[in-house]
Amino acid sequence: MSAVTTESPSRLSALYRSSRARVIVGFAVAAVLLFAVAPATLSTFRLGLLGKFLCLAMVAVGIGLAWGRGGMLTLGQGVFFGLGAYLMAMHLKLADAGPVEGSGGVPDFMMLYGSGEVPGWWEPFRSPVVTILAIAIVPAGLAALLGFAVFTRRVRGAYFAILSQALAAAFAILLIGQQATTGGTNGLNGFRSFFGYDLADPVNKRMLFFLAAGALLVMVAVARQLMVSRFGELLVAVRDQENRVRFLGYDPAQVKVVAYAVAAFMAAVGGALFVPIVGIISPADVGVVPSIGFLIGVAIGGRATLLGPVLGSIAVSWAQTSLSEAFPSGWIYAQGALFILVVAFLPGGLAELFTRWRRSRRGSVPDGGAPAPGDDGTSDGSRPGAARTGEPGSGDPTVEPQTAVDHDPATSGRTA
Amino acid sequence: MTTQPTGPVPGTGETLLETGVAGDGLDLEAAQSVLGVDDSRFRHDYLEVRGLRVEFDGFVAVQGVDLTVTAGDLRFLIGPNGAGKTTIVDAITGLARASGSVQFGGVDLLGRKTHRIARAGVGRTFQTASVFEELSVLQNLDIAAGARRGPLTLLRRRSSTPEAVEQALETVGLAHLRDVQAGILAHGQKQWLEIGMLLVQDARLLLLDEPVAGMSQAEREQTGELLQRIGAQRTVVVVEHDMDFLRAFASSVTVLHLGQVLAEGTYAEVQADPRVQEVYLGSAGATRGARRRGSASTTEGAHASPRTTTDEKEA
Ligand SMILES: Nc1ncnc2c1ncn2[C@@H]1O[C@H](COP(=O)(O)OP(=O)(O)O)[C@@H](O)[C@H]1O
Ligand SMILES: [Mg+2]
Repeated sequence: MSAVTTESPSRLSALYRSSRARVIVGFAVAAVLLFAVAPATLSTFRLGLLGKFLCLAMVAVGIGLAWGRGGMLTLGQGVFFGLGAYLMAMHLKLADAGPVEGSGGVPDFMMLYGSGEVPGWWEPFRSPVVTILAIAIVPAGLAALLGFAVFTRRVRGAYFAILSQALAAAFAILLIGQQATTGGTNGLNGFRSFFGYDLADPVNKRMLFFLAAGALLVMVAVARQLMVSRFGELLVAVRDQENRVRFLGYDPAQVKVVAYAVAAFMAAVGGALFVPIVGIISPADVGVVPSIGFLIGVAIGGRATLLGPVLGSIAVSWAQTSLSEAFPSGWIYAQGALFILVVAFLPGGLAELFTRWRRSRRGSVPDGGAPAPGDDGTSDGSRPGAARTGEPGSGDPTVEPQTAVDHDPATSGRTA
Repeated sequence: MTTQPTGPVPGTGETLLETGVAGDGLDLEAAQSVLGVDDSRFRHDYLEVRGLRVEFDGFVAVQGVDLTVTAGDLRFLIGPNGAGKTTIVDAITGLARASGSVQFGGVDLLGRKTHRIARAGVGRTFQTASVFEELSVLQNLDIAAGARRGPLTLLRRRSSTPEAVEQALETVGLAHLRDVQAGILAHGQKQWLEIGMLLVQDARLLLLDEPVAGMSQAEREQTGELLQRIGAQRTVVVVEHDMDFLRAFASSVTVLHLGQVLAEGTYAEVQADPRVQEVYLGSAGATRGARRRGSASTTEGAHASPRTTTDEKEA
């Protein structure tokens, strides 16, 4: 909040400042990259890899919302990712097994490890419609129930983090223990078709990539809308001063439940698309370690920003893949070190660096602050603005309060 | 050098300048336009506290407090540090568990959840100003105004500033700082923002915990006048221990000591009460020193004796 340089506003910078134009340009660039450049330049294998990264990035978008904006340090997104993935995988296995009449419709691994009979709770997922509805509703619904139970009891901060992590651990253990019905440690794999499309066909692989890219773009758009909406402002208020929000007549638990459920939904969709793209889902993809892994990209990218989580997540996934090709065991240390560095020295993530750089380049820029949604949320000039300059007797209104804070002995004297 | 707060919004703002916002100050005319409307709603409100008792792990912080405040009264709650003033406000607003009874506008407040109490028309401020520091002044007020918004409104971006918010911005003299992050406001401005939030929240019972702490003399006077105007229509309880401020603005005073009501009446009556003089005004010289803002050490000194008493009781 301070004075701006007197640089004459060119039309280009005006366009850049107008948040709506910025958003449209941003989405257009992303769409061109994902729908034209990537398929034209990447091999089918690399494209599949990028598709996987996009699925993981969907989880990151949700975490950005729940953690970055809502303050809920969720270390258990693997649960929702896994639910979405397993629901999809169950359907794919059943579809591969064929109809009940004829071949019997039993997935291969059940013949191997189980009784050779499909358990009753698998049956509904023969239906593609039921599967898709379940992916959309079950994880988000579970998050809502869980969130309601937890947030109304005012479980917060580290307690919530530990709880969510315990949940991820329990989920993975449960999956491992049920080899006959969930594939155990091996998980579910060897899918041959996706809603009737042959998964071995490169054209279909490309379609899957487009599906993931489209889903991610929609999610970013949804996250943006939530962030700039009044709900987004409320969410930040709840994050920073939960009690204060209560005294204004809101139930903060409801606000948090919404953000948590949306994050769960995004994770579930990511999981559901992960399955056909990667071809396997196992407890190793949904437990504690991957749940923390989801978080790292978000933290590195900048958790409270719109794009930080997405870009951070994709970058971390990419680094992980290429570094673990080169040094198979080294990555986990590099990842840990990077995480510690960011948490210790750059709590706003790399987005903070970007903001600082932009600020220093433009002198000092008013709309750079990453964490508050106000920056792109309210700066599009649609409001009748207050007078800016030449206010009698108030000097520079935007600088004054800062100095007032500095010199006001009261602020330090009264906080006891 | 031109200046530009968060949102580069040139143009339309000039009209605001003419309404007499003198840079940093309250706009009492705007206050009137906020407060002048529809005061019949508030006329029959009153706060009735009976036998209020709050206990923290065996330590009784508030004991058998009775308090009746009607709309149109500007009640000050005073007492040495640790007397239980904040605790009473906490109990009324659902933050501290209490027994006894608290009624406002015919609604029983005790045992309700905090946000329900707020929806029943009870608003409060905090001893240490607590605004949403990362949000702008405007966003702070907009949130305060929005507890009754439906999901669809919430999911949309704010397209125009609600009328009540606009008026509150004028009233608390922060119209020119609307896009500034609330965290960088001066202490007094934060307190004003909180009062503005109470206004847009449409609180009918306002509980203000030391609202002028840390303000300059001029700011105190403006705040006092604003509180008087609010108090003329709504039910207002102000916790304060600045005697000069009290004398100038209180229409009635309740003195607390060790969690109990020691005396009640006008400033003059209370001041004349020998028991009050003994526990509170007795150290008048020191107390007067204590109001100097920010002089934490003086404050300690001023209240040394009552606090010792509290500690003895605690032991
Ligand atoms: N949460 C709490 N737990 C234990 N004791 C408390 C708590 N809050 C306040 N107290 C005690 O209750 C007494 C009254 O405190 P308070 O209401 O804050 O006094 P004041 O009149 O200065 O606002 C003090 O002795 C204080 O130590
Ligand atoms: Mg107090």
